[in-house]
Amino acid sequence: MSGLFEYLLRLGDDRLILGQRNAEWCGHGPILEEDIAIANIALDQIGQAQLFLTLAGQVEGAGRDADALAYWRGETEFRNLQLVELPRGDFAFTMVRQFLFSAWSHFLLEGVAKSAHQDLAGIAAKAGKENRYHLRHASSWVVRLGGGTDESHRRAQSALDELWPWTVEFFGEDDTDRAAVAAGHAPSPAGLKAPWNAMVAEVLGQATLTVPTTPGRMVSGRQGRHTEYLGHLLAEMQIVARSHPGATW
Amino acid sequence: MTPETNGAGQWPLWEVFTQPPGGKPHEHAGSVHAPDAEVAMQNARDVYTRRGEAVSLWVVPSVAIVASAPGDAGPFFDPGNDKPYRHPQFYKTPRGIKVF
Repeated sequence: MSGLFEYLLRLGDDRLILGQRNAEWCGHGPILEEDIAIANIALDQIGQAQLFLTLAGQVEGAGRDADALAYWRGETEFRNLQLVELPRGDFAFTMVRQFLFSAWSHFLLEGVAKSAHQDLAGIAAKAGKENRYHLRHASSWVVRLGGGTDESHRRAQSALDELWPWTVEFFGEDDTDRAAVAAGHAPSPAGLKAPWNAMVAEVLGQATLTVPTTPGRMVSGRQGRHTEYLGHLLAEMQIVARSHPGATW
Repeated sequence: MTPETNGAGQWPLWEVFTQPPGGKPHEHAGSVHAPDAEVAMQNARDVYTRRGEAVSLWVVPSVAIVASAPGDAGPFFDPGNDKPYRHPQFYKTPRGIKVF
């Protein structure tokens, strides 16, 4: 299996699964404006996934398009981080996760946009632009939740404490990553840690939230091992496509 | 940073102005609720610029807008209705003018 194919699945699946999670807020946002904002972010992410997965299908060369990859792979074939498949939780959990993810994604996509692979670089640049807005939006909310009421502060800190151990997977490095780095397609995962830490510390400082010091979990979404939550998410996401194969609308 | 709310327990209202592409002036697009200016800007972006409508955004606290009252409409606006000489079309173009 091509290393680049595998790497593209990671880029696509992170955004597809987080987009699907964020889309669960549609119709359930705390206020109308925020309902639209989360739906916008979800749509951006699913759009990015479509681009990355389309390219993955081309690189693979087996005739699979983005829909085939999104709807016809099983749970163990998904390569997303476990962080993005966790249930959406409350609004604080969703926003803190979006912030942690977008901050990491910011530096990651900046690096991928410098790839010598022109299509990949172009997709990363477009996704990076959208991601900068997601980052701004999520950061604003983290600051406001942290500095808001006692309850919003408590919920934001609790979300942060719960999410923190999963973030270790951002910086994991295996053969697929090393191959992508060596080919000039991606920045070194470990190299993203310092700028991510600095950005996160700054925003959490403004939010009067405490940066957790808990150790990372053993997480391996990149190898297709997932939490119990991904299967349920996929069942919901894939049922229509699988019930009506080949349907168009 | 406690969000200020109005009497109804809702966040304050902000009026949104969008500038369409092509150098046209900002136009009133609608309103959003938001606890502060930054969130108002983001909400305006998400609600009113999703389809490429704008190249620039203004948000203004609704309370900062001074509006004419419906009762003012007569004395304010009616006097303009019967003064066609205030329109340029009222005047004939002098002979000999070929190009404006």
